[in-house]
Amino acid sequence: MTTELKARAIRVKQSSPVSCISAVGAALLVAFLISAPSWIDRGHLSLLVEFFYFLALAQMWNLLAGFAGIISLGQQAFLGLGGYVVFFAAMRMGWNPVAALVLAGVVGGLVAVPGALIVFRLHGAYLAIGTWVVAETFKLAFSEVKSLGAGSGISLLAAVARAVRIGPFSRDTVLYGAALLIALLSIVCSYVLLRSQAGLALTAIRDNEATARSVGVNSLRIKLLVFVGTGFGTALTGALIYLSKLRISPAAAFDINWTSYMIFIVVIGGIGTLEGPIVGTLVFFLLRQYLADLGSWYLIVLGVVAVVVMLKMPSGLWGTFAKNRDISLFPTRRRLFLNADEYADPGKLRA
Amino acid sequence: MNLLSVSKLNAYYGDFQALFDVDFHAHPGEVIAIIGANGAGKSTFLNAIAGNVTGRGNSITFAEEAISGLRSWQIVSRGIALVPEGRRLFSSLTVEENLLMGAYANTKDAWPLTHIYETFPQLKLKAKQSALSLSGGEQQMVAIGRALISNPLLLMCDELSLGLAPMVVHDIYETLTTVRERGVTLIIVEQNVRQALAFADRVYCFQEGRVSLTGRAGELKPEDVSRAYFGLAGAA
Amino acid sequence: MNGWIDSILQGVMLGAIYALFAAGLSLVFGVMRLVNVAHGDFIVLSAFIALWLQRITGFSSPFLTLILLVPLMFLVGYVLQRVILNPAFGADILRPVLITFGLSVIIQNGLLQGFSADSQKLHGGKLEVASIALPGGLAIGVLPLLTLGVSAAMIGLLQWMLYRTKLGRALRATSADLSTAGLMGVNTSHLFAMAAGIAMVTVAVAGVFTGIRASFDAVSGPDWLIFAFEAVIIGGLGSLWGTLAGGLILGMAQTTGARFSPGWQLLSGHLVFLAILILCPRGLFPRRTE
Repeated sequence: MTTELKARAIRVKQSSPVSCISAVGAALLVAFLISAPSWIDRGHLSLLVEFFYFLALAQMWNLLAGFAGIISLGQQAFLGLGGYVVFFAAMRMGWNPVAALVLAGVVGGLVAVPGALIVFRLHGAYLAIGTWVVAETFKLAFSEVKSLGAGSGISLLAAVARAVRIGPFSRDTVLYGAALLIALLSIVCSYVLLRSQAGLALTAIRDNEATARSVGVNSLRIKLLVFVGTGFGTALTGALIYLSKLRISPAAAFDINWTSYMIFIVVIGGIGTLEGPIVGTLVFFLLRQYLADLGSWYLIVLGVVAVVVMLKMPSGLWGTFAKNRDISLFPTRRRLFLNADEYADPGKLRA
Repeated sequence: MNLLSVSKLNAYYGDFQALFDVDFHAHPGEVIAIIGANGAGKSTFLNAIAGNVTGRGNSITFAEEAISGLRSWQIVSRGIALVPEGRRLFSSLTVEENLLMGAYANTKDAWPLTHIYETFPQLKLKAKQSALSLSGGEQQMVAIGRALISNPLLLMCDELSLGLAPMVVHDIYETLTTVRERGVTLIIVEQNVRQALAFADRVYCFQEGRVSLTGRAGELKPEDVSRAYFGLAGAA
Repeated sequence: MNGWIDSILQGVMLGAIYALFAAGLSLVFGVMRLVNVAHGDFIVLSAFIALWLQRITGFSSPFLTLILLVPLMFLVGYVLQRVILNPAFGADILRPVLITFGLSVIIQNGLLQGFSADSQKLHGGKLEVASIALPGGLAIGVLPLLTLGVSAAMIGLLQWMLYRTKLGRALRATSADLSTAGLMGVNTSHLFAMAAGIAMVTVAVAGVFTGIRASFDAVSGPDWLIFAFEAVIIGGLGSLWGTLAGGLILGMAQTTGARFSPGWQLLSGHLVFLAILILCPRGLFPRRTE
């Protein structure tokens, strides 16, 4: 009886004071970002659009590799697919481009199901290269489709590009809003998923898949869920990217570099945390600002930084920073708290 | 003079401390049994000597040389061999290849293979088979043979009789008797206390990571052993 | 009809290169369960180093550069494993995969910086054009035939090393049980580095042979990694002879696909790979044990 009462003095908490402050801060930041199109110039606005879609892509890759243990080198398959779907739907089927964005996401999610069934036959490092093969297959297959411009690709018709507007909002504003929304959704969805039962299962799978399975965690179902979810999100983001780029070709859309950037962002920022990709995207844009003119040196620097981070601080910038400070902006860990008074005198619990 | 002496050995698995200030010594040619309940730290102790578990702030001296801090592969060549718990045979290797792995470090002083086959005649017939196709007793013989082939000064055996039929256990202890007659120092971890007391010269009893009792096998009182083995719960 | 036979013949010859690409990948995976994502880039790097060595030494044949290239690449593999990959080795394969992925990006862009994006080729002289006439108007090039021989010999040597030598026995033991191998006196860090060094020897040979057969550039690596990987999976994990067969099957799939349309060469290779992955996920010739 007493033991049972004492046990009730131990609570599971997921939030912390820092996370409450950060929630208020985040709300203010979002409000600030929503108002941005009314006062920011076009150049900076498109930079922000780019920032948001890299953040979204990285966040989704982080969910795959950092939480579900699916190291995919083939996310460009979904990204390029999303781009082609939005072009096809808008130009060949006459869809409204904004509606076509959603269609692109749905197609990405649907393709992820058979895709998972194939690549999940491989494990670990081999799964990684398997996903890459699938993306290469997509690239080659789209290069054969004459109606989509084959290898040289196609441009979005000017009329379609102009149709990217909702009510009074211009094309720039709509693209900005969509990018912001996707970035926020990638964070919120990851957060909600990780705080749910499935999130606990994911952590268990990451730590030890065999043990997780032995205590009844259906690892395949959860991995499938994450793979399909990120397939949806990555295709949606790809559709948005190519709706703003106005031109698509297989070599660019299915380029491994898309995934390289996701990896660099996540690794540098901190894999397996929700804050990591945000920090990583900031670092990525800063480096690009100063080094992009150096051409291939820029990628060499990114590669070296990623290798050094993986060797010397595998939990990335954020993970290293937060480790000894017990800070979490998006607390997903479950922590046990002991109410000492209640524990010492279980009678208080009854009151 | 001691062949092996251990003073104040502490061992950890991450944050978990498995051994606390263990003092231990073995004379050349001595047979020592380590007994204790599950989780008392017996295997950890053997693994710490073999270099598989690293301790902190401890000193292990073997044949007048400090060996603490050395890696497992450096320790074998000094004449210490371990028959690990659960035998740990190499699944993708044949019986003979498993035996030869034992001679990897000390090729010069190693026993010839024929010597092992004289000790365990039934292994010769199955030399080319996969090690895992053998019976439990035969697998244990491969594990012992694999340790003996390196011609060790100290042979440590972890839970030899676990899961084996009494007849097989009897055979294995017969073999160990011939090994001790050759002057090899033996440390055996044994669940079966009666077996351990009958075979060993001296006994250490471990409890929750500490040595709770030690003495000559013939001189220990059964009630002392059971208290040292199970803790103070019975006495209180 | 002759056209088909010719395609298959050419496929076998092409597949020999892929098997050579795959031999090292297969060895390293068999021993360490590791995949070096930069494997293809190291083959390209070898080809570039051979090109450069030929230029500075004036060797008439690129094959001669192997005298220097083989020990150099062995050293590269050994040091890479010992210094960078061993510390990241563990139950979590994320770190080695991402580290080698980073290396892949570094090598590609380093080569772009050092040798520009132009296509290069090693010049094998008369050997390149020599061929043997077969009945029915078919012909086999001497160089491709030599490649096939070297490829098979290489895999035979690796097989011999793994199953007939003390080193190979220790590699297999370490692969089965790392900590028990340590108890036997095996320095597993050194052993893994040896395996990586040996894999790099195959990479050096592959670099020279493929550099003579076809043109290459700084970013050819990823394609070559993928072909190597497909050969390993088609053949079955952990089986070296399977890897040879996998390479040949992939080569034949590509050349017969190319008969329909040039764009179908690589695509049909990937499709055959995916089909095999769906129908027999363990590959066509999986290792019997395990």
